[in-house]
Amino acid sequence: MINNFAIDVRGMTKRFGEHTVVNGINLQVRRGEVYGFLGPNGSGKTTFIRMLCGLLAADAGEGTCLDFDVIRESEAIKRQVGYMTQRFSFYEDLSIAENLDFVARMYAVGDRREAVRDSIERLGLAGRQKQLAGELSGGWKQRLALAACLIHKPQLLLLDEPTAGVDPKARRDFWEQIHELAAQGLTFLITTHYMDEAERCDRLAYLSYGNLLTSGTAAEVIAGAQLATWSVSGPDLQGAARLLRETPGVRQAVAFGTSLHVSGTDAAGLERAITPYRREPYTVQQIHPGLEDVFIHLMESSKDNFAP
Amino acid sequence: MKKRIPLSFTRFWAIVIKEFIQMRRDRLTFGMIVGIPVVQLMLFGFAINGDPKHLPTALLLADSSQQGRSILSALKNSDYFSFVREVHSEAEGEAILAQGEVQFVVTIPENFSRTLLRGEKPVILVEADATDPSATGNAIASLRTVITTALQHDLTGPLAFLAGSDGPVNLRVHARYNPEGISQYNIVPGLMGVVLTMTMVMITGLAITRERERGTMENLLSMPTRPLEVLLGKIIPYIFVGYIQVSLILVAARFIFHVPMVGSIPLLLLSASVFIAANLAMGITFSTLAKNQLQAVQMTFFFFLPSLLLSGFMFPFRGMPDWAQVIGEVLPLTHFLRIIRGILLKGNGIEEVILQLWQIMLFATVVLAIGVKRYRRTLD
Ligand SMILES: Nc1ncnc2c1ncn2[C@@H]1O[C@H](COP(=O)(O)OP(=O)(O)O)[C@@H](O)[C@H]1O
Ligand SMILES: [Mg+2]
Repeated sequence: MINNFAIDVRGMTKRFGEHTVVNGINLQVRRGEVYGFLGPNGSGKTTFIRMLCGLLAADAGEGTCLDFDVIRESEAIKRQVGYMTQRFSFYEDLSIAENLDFVARMYAVGDRREAVRDSIERLGLAGRQKQLAGELSGGWKQRLALAACLIHKPQLLLLDEPTAGVDPKARRDFWEQIHELAAQGLTFLITTHYMDEAERCDRLAYLSYGNLLTSGTAAEVIAGAQLATWSVSGPDLQGAARLLRETPGVRQAVAFGTSLHVSGTDAAGLERAITPYRREPYTVQQIHPGLEDVFIHLMESSKDNFAP
Repeated sequence: MKKRIPLSFTRFWAIVIKEFIQMRRDRLTFGMIVGIPVVQLMLFGFAINGDPKHLPTALLLADSSQQGRSILSALKNSDYFSFVREVHSEAEGEAILAQGEVQFVVTIPENFSRTLLRGEKPVILVEADATDPSATGNAIASLRTVITTALQHDLTGPLAFLAGSDGPVNLRVHARYNPEGISQYNIVPGLMGVVLTMTMVMITGLAITRERERGTMENLLSMPTRPLEVLLGKIIPYIFVGYIQVSLILVAARFIFHVPMVGSIPLLLLSASVFIAANLAMGITFSTLAKNQLQAVQMTFFFFLPSLLLSGFMFPFRGMPDWAQVIGEVLPLTHFLRIIRGILLKGNGIEEVILQLWQIMLFATVVLAIGVKRYRRTLD
């Protein structure tokens, strides 16, 4: 039976000593989808991805990755997966071309020389192929890592914070490339902390303390949170935020640029709380909550539920 | 005005405590801190014996007279010699001497008794393996006493005059393989083995831990590889590094120390490749066991020390107590020293070399198997 899902796992669990770092996560990623994986630092994103490609042994869980058993067939999974580690993990004392050549050999890529040459050209690394990987800037390292992950033509790419520390132009180029590849049928699971990147994903999952709090399209995630949000602008927003946080009905008051986003799950209570600000010099307006409002909300509530 | 104190006691103490905790948690380092002095004391205190005894000896008894048998039983009772066997031909004696099975072959010639009783001093031939000159010196000196004392029992009464003032027999010693007793002939070839042991184990010892510390291990493990591929892949390139050292030492041995090179150099190079591979295998296995580079270096040292002391490089192998010889027999350096000295000084061929070489191969195989078993395929 051919599975529609590139990733279809249930109950994935990982413990380090006493700590359950990934706690029974279910995840389904459709083929050809760009799937965003979000959550604060230490929420277990990297650990989950490592279990998918057999780098860590799962303590519990089952399912398939590219139709292979995620627990027992990690050798086969590795051959079809490109994994871009959070920290640059190619050889800094090898040149770009040497690194690519090494990877191509490791995967026994047919017509290796051509594959390496193509990959260097496609990524615009042509003039720099002799340069040592260790001498590259963050953006170039990221390009090299992506090129290396693609060289064996994988079906699934697991990218762990691929754009951390990369400038905005390079990030935009990077995402364009992701969508091009996805259009060709590649599946992506990408972790990120950037909201604009989250919005570019077909679907999202949000993790906190190893628990999957929500998943779906951006619209579904936002709707699921059942959050009402008001935008407040005016003088001394910091003071206003402090006061609002103490007011019943308000779950969070977060500064966004020059305005304050005040959110709560009880719409009526929130409206009462906001009433004192419906006068000069403040302007108040109900808005649709964004992903960031929802994520902050999820993170705040999960602290209460799961904090050790 | 208050004087500025260049040291904050609080900070200093915080560091002391931290270091202590770290040291205590790092079992291996702690083990080394205790283990190295203990091992050194044991090695230097007990194992080293500049006056080796119980050297294996064979006797070629061509004259089965009363006097011949007296000498045989005296040899059996002497501290310096351990009578291994009787040989029946010169060729047989020659062979076991070349293989290193015995250190001495003593020949009591035909008509020994008759010549002795005629008052003509008969010749007793002693062939000694003098590859390591320090191993044979005292034993040869004592041999004369042993033989003279043995014959005194027989040469009494009317025969007493035969004992003479300078002994009843003529002891002729052939110091084989290194007739001048030049210790460089022994040490310089041995040095090749010592240097290879130290550097080869160290080089691969760092191989896996370095990957882990630089974060490249995560990438390597995410690719479809087998442990043996990684381990062998890290061994093979360094065989060439080993050959650079081999060449340097051979050239120095030939042109600086004028060490004789009686045997086949290609055979030596072939044996060296096995020995280099064994040491690289040891290193890579340490690397799979060590948590970080420091531990890998410590393990290397822990292996190097007994290799240096118990292999017969620094001290005659047969001068060591039995337990030390047992350890020594396991170490590749012990066998390589026999091979290289055998080839260069004795002109040993493949038949003698193979007796040592298979033991190095066995060591390499076992050690590599441990490495493969301990190689972690996940980041757990
Ligand atoms: N090898 C390990 N041993 C012990 N704890 C670990 C290990 N790897 C990760 N952790 C812990 O697991 C938690 C999740 O880490 P990680 O998966 O890296 O989170 P994220 O990628 O979401 O930032 C963290 O608290 C981290 O300290
Ligand atoms: Mg991470």
